[in-house]
Amino acid sequence: MNNDHSDTGAEAGTESGTAATAARTLPVTDLSLVVLIGASGSGKSTFARKHFKPTEVLSSDFCRGLVADDENDQSASRDAFDVLHHIAGKRLEAGRLTVIDATSVQSESRKQLVQLARTYDVLPIAIVLDLSEEVCAARNASRPDRAGMPRHVIQRHRRELRRSLRGLEREGFRKVHVLRTEEEASSAEVVLERRYNDLRHLTGPFDIIGDVHGCRSELDTLLGKLGYVDGAHPEGRTAVFVGDLVDRGPDSPGVLRRVMSMVAAGNALCVPGNHENKLGRYLAGRKVQLTHGLAETVEQLEREDAEHPGFRGQVREFIDGLVSHYVLDDGKLVVCHAGLPEKYHGRTSGRVRSHALYGDTTGETDEFGLPVRYPWAEEYRGRATVVYGHTPVPSTSWINNTICLDTGAVFGGKMTALRWPERELVDVPAEKVWYEPVKPLVTEAPGGREGRPLDLADVQGRRVVETRHLGRVAVREENAAAALEVMSRFAVDPQLLAYLPPTMAPTATSRMDGFLEHPAEAFAQYRADGVERVVCEEKHMGSRAVALVCKDADAATARFGTAGPTGALYTRTGRPFLDDTAMTEGVLARLRTALAAAGLWEEWDTDWVLLDAELMPWSLKAGGLLRSQYAAVGAASGAVFPPAVAALEQAAHRGIEVADLAGLQRARAQDAAAFTEAYRRYCWSTEGLDGVRLAPFQILAVQGRSLAAVPHDEQLAWLDRLVEHDPTGLLQVTRRLLVDTGDEDSVRAGVDWWLEMTGRGGEGMVVKPLGALVRDARDRLVQPGIKVRGREYLRIIYGPEYTRPENLERLRSRSLGHKRSLALREYALGLEALDRLAEGEPLWRVHEAVFAVLALESEPVDPRL
Amino acid sequence: MRIILGQVFLTIGTTGTPERPATDLGFLLHKHPDKAQTYPTSHGSAHVFYPEASAERCTAALLLEVDPVALVRRGKGKGRGGAPDAALAQYVNDRPYAASSLLSVALAAVFKSALGGVCRAMPERAESPLPLRIEVPALPARGGAELVHRLFAPLGWTRVEVTAVPLDEEFPAWGDSRYVRLLLEGELRLADALRQLYVLLPVLDDAKHYWVAPDEVDKLLRAGEGWLADHPERALITRRYLSHRWGLTRQADQALELVRLAESDDLDVESVDNAVDESTDTEEKPVPLAGRRRTAIIDALRAAGASRVLDLGCGQGQLVQALLKDVRFTEIVGVDVSMRALTIASRRLKLERMGERQAGRVTLRQGSLTYTDKRLAGYDAAVLSEVVEHLDLPRLPALEYAVFGAARPGTVLVTTPNVEYNVRWETLPAGHVRHRDHRFEWTRAEFRDWAGKVAERHGYTVRFEPVGPDDPEVGPPTQMAVFTRTDAITTTGTTEKSKEAEAA
Repeated sequence: MNNDHSDTGAEAGTESGTAATAARTLPVTDLSLVVLIGASGSGKSTFARKHFKPTEVLSSDFCRGLVADDENDQSASRDAFDVLHHIAGKRLEAGRLTVIDATSVQSESRKQLVQLARTYDVLPIAIVLDLSEEVCAARNASRPDRAGMPRHVIQRHRRELRRSLRGLEREGFRKVHVLRTEEEASSAEVVLERRYNDLRHLTGPFDIIGDVHGCRSELDTLLGKLGYVDGAHPEGRTAVFVGDLVDRGPDSPGVLRRVMSMVAAGNALCVPGNHENKLGRYLAGRKVQLTHGLAETVEQLEREDAEHPGFRGQVREFIDGLVSHYVLDDGKLVVCHAGLPEKYHGRTSGRVRSHALYGDTTGETDEFGLPVRYPWAEEYRGRATVVYGHTPVPSTSWINNTICLDTGAVFGGKMTALRWPERELVDVPAEKVWYEPVKPLVTEAPGGREGRPLDLADVQGRRVVETRHLGRVAVREENAAAALEVMSRFAVDPQLLAYLPPTMAPTATSRMDGFLEHPAEAFAQYRADGVERVVCEEKHMGSRAVALVCKDADAATARFGTAGPTGALYTRTGRPFLDDTAMTEGVLARLRTALAAAGLWEEWDTDWVLLDAELMPWSLKAGGLLRSQYAAVGAASGAVFPPAVAALEQAAHRGIEVADLAGLQRARAQDAAAFTEAYRRYCWSTEGLDGVRLAPFQILAVQGRSLAAVPHDEQLAWLDRLVEHDPTGLLQVTRRLLVDTGDEDSVRAGVDWWLEMTGRGGEGMVVKPLGALVRDARDRLVQPGIKVRGREYLRIIYGPEYTRPENLERLRSRSLGHKRSLALREYALGLEALDRLAEGEPLWRVHEAVFAVLALESEPVDPRL
Repeated sequence: MRIILGQVFLTIGTTGTPERPATDLGFLLHKHPDKAQTYPTSHGSAHVFYPEASAERCTAALLLEVDPVALVRRGKGKGRGGAPDAALAQYVNDRPYAASSLLSVALAAVFKSALGGVCRAMPERAESPLPLRIEVPALPARGGAELVHRLFAPLGWTRVEVTAVPLDEEFPAWGDSRYVRLLLEGELRLADALRQLYVLLPVLDDAKHYWVAPDEVDKLLRAGEGWLADHPERALITRRYLSHRWGLTRQADQALELVRLAESDDLDVESVDNAVDESTDTEEKPVPLAGRRRTAIIDALRAAGASRVLDLGCGQGQLVQALLKDVRFTEIVGVDVSMRALTIASRRLKLERMGERQAGRVTLRQGSLTYTDKRLAGYDAAVLSEVVEHLDLPRLPALEYAVFGAARPGTVLVTTPNVEYNVRWETLPAGHVRHRDHRFEWTRAEFRDWAGKVAERHGYTVRFEPVGPDDPEVGPPTQMAVFTRTDAITTTGTTEKSKEAEAA
């Protein structure tokens, strides 16, 4: 290896040009800013035309023409260069080779161009046409527009050029090609070179290996587990090391030897870590502090010296040749040590290298004196997958298509590899704690073991959450503010709050006599959406409850990081459903037992289950509201009607014309009584768990899987088994009916079923597409459920007298658009939370989506819908 | 046309003789006893009719049909087919049935002349007392039967009969409702009786009304003339008026977002939007212990030499206000999770009217201690006064990390009640916490144990100071921990790292 391979190392390709007689080849990096330097008349434009595409060349003359209608108007130079720099910037930003055709003989003008190249992290390359004054003068003389150019202009250009020649590398040009004669200039060939970091043509498959830190034994084990035999994979896979091969661990030389030989044999690629960088500086004789485990490496290398005197030099050469990052597999994969934002992919500059090696540090230090790292991955939205290491994490997790593979092997964690393109993780545990970490890998705070604890910036203010099923979902500031208060003051530990249920839209308003809601509308809507098979599920009138059931407290600790509870039972705004933790544990225990008896733990290969349910009676949770609002209405109406009706009857008896009023009052007294009856159906007294019933209606997620898209018939089969295996009477089955929306008889059966159920005081039903997660013909998400509430139940919502024809008529003008949109947005956020949970994303990512559901619940929607 | 109708009802009766027939009531009320009449009012139709009308006995009935949908519309002043941003409680409630301010307003509208004591036909009868019998079958009475007695008894009634209405006879455990049936008998001027009802019905109701406009409240106040001044419960009556008015302003800044979250979970708004108790520790009614706490906190901050201070959980801003008085505190940041608390704090501090220089020293903003918050880093000191006990214990580690691990001020002051002292509070029933939102209260040993572990985990030292009288047996009412960051952490690692970064 030599310096040529270093993307930002010492400059290469400088040509003296003195002895050149044969045709010169001029290497030019494929993404670079090529600056042609030469006096007026030295043939720059001719050279550019010959070697580059017309669109790649930006000429100052052309830009003068653009701004001043005269290519030779020197007074327009400043504006012309503004335009030139702007266009060049746009091209470089887009990753396009750009050639600057201007004299560029003054260091000041070149400085701006070098700066431009740095801004866009590309290499500045100089091609100098150092031709004699006579040649230049002759060329100018042959051009009508330049024929009159005074000789002293060329002379001045030549003087400035001669002065500059020596310092071009120092100015920042990474390649300097000087052409001295007309023959040399006309015979030279420009050869485009791929950037060293551009290995898009290599498609693997790869095994990307996280930080090794001198843990040779673990590395050998991991390579073995990945299928490598003596540094080579029988199926031709390529290992890719993310750097930090050395320091802290017991055998850095052994690791280096292994990796160097694999790289030399073409079986591996390696990017440098900050530890290699520092070791390189040490080996180059620079003064570095022997901290952070470098002392151990130095000592190990000294022991090597006796046996393998040349090894030290090989290491130095190896490190010098490392390229800061690689773009692989057709641009789909980027590997580097500390992560890289998309704008740096495939770029070459000091800061790209610095980011690749050290990450983005904020300049602050944390409580352990370590630099605070800017969480670049949280903002990453790039197309390429970025695989990196550098920051030890207790376990790997995908964040925005990036993954950190440093799982702290040297600190007693594990060594992790990622199979690409399979995206499979393979790891081996550390054999021991080889080095005590300065700061514990795990922060005690919630979320700490998954990268970092929850941060206010994850939830506060106006936010946009990216969802897989509905794109970007926005949360407004005032809604986030209300959610923050409720989440902070009343919710269960966010670690246990992996999901909040979405709101559900009611069916389109019915025009049928006496009904505000009727199932016919729901069936028609799904039919219009192209959903043929729907399931009607009985709506239990209780309170929504989400249950997280873990096998035991240890399982809860292992997966959710809590200490103590075996799960959680919470309401639709995340509050603990029951104040009494012992009662909560009682419910969880019964669920756990039923799950075990039904064999579902094994079937799902999980030790936790998240499920959605309705908990009854309604009075258990809503007791306060019932007393202050619903029963109060009943009590007041019950007290006022009898004397009022009696007074009217008395007056009528006297012959006063009050018959209409009396009749009306009697009817209203009946409505009020019906209202009282309506809420009473959902109230009964309970003692401990006696009288409490839980009707589960969806299994949301288990270890590694979101089950939210599992068709409802499968769901109900699981749930029936669960209920069947509960001997305590807590679990209640949800009655259901399958309806074919295209079949009149089936639809009629569905309507009859609803009429029968609500006629007996049932709350109503929810109609769901059997396929659960369904899109319509236009690829839009279909409502996951539509509620059809019973006629009597709706008195609780719309008031005792809503069924009077004139009232119904007015209520029918209700508008459902916002509610439907809200239901879909919350649904998508809920799915997103479950997907993130299943994929093992860090807590803050799951919480972001859960929090957004809560925030949306405070949007202004007609509360009666 | 009024559509969704409710009904509010009362009867006014009197007795008479052939010389002074009871039917004179018709003249006094300006309503003919043999007609049923209907009047539009702002909340629905009011019907007046007479169930009985003879020389011996005459009773007038006022029946108000309330339109709750109209109420919602009046309240919000917008919305088609039901204002979408209204709260659910506005749709289904007792207003159509209970004799509240709505009836009071209808009373004033329908019996305007009688209320004013005007009767052209028989002015002398209007001026003299009548034997009256008034019945209100559903009177919302906060304070119960006992208060109803206290309000009406001093006003000259010979019989004040109050019967509680049960919430739901099927659920006796729920107890009585807030309604009573009221029967009044006595010899009073009709105008006085009507004015009393006009004022006292809403006083007893004492509910927050989303829909009562301020000018109606002013009308109520005027009607108190003549009898209110000497009423033994004048203070209560006046206070409830004021709180009624307060309710109006409250509604203006009540975050409807929070109301919706409460309703989506079948909860009373009050059980969610309760971060601040506006009735305690106000400027008018300072709580002595709170004052001592602030003194102790400010002394500790001065001793620590702090000038940039965080008040985490600043509530109504009392401490921020006190800190502003000392110019050594150059930057004061009040943080609370409750938007309502911040609104009240801002009002208390008169931030809008404060001079630029002083206002520049103070910032109020929403934040939550269960999340790390970059904006809290770099301060000299943080105060958590009576904050930790408002958090469920399982969420305390998050607060611990956010404050001691992430924000890391030089000094942290934590005050919390000492539960051992509770036996010394005469008004506090045994086993009760001091505030209904306290999720726990610690003994001195428990607090010290927690604080000691926190200090150890995060590189702080901690000492404890009593606040309030230090009882030899049970300790002080408030305990305070003063944490000081040890700062002995290696800075060498830092410089090394940054050098590496520079070299790259």
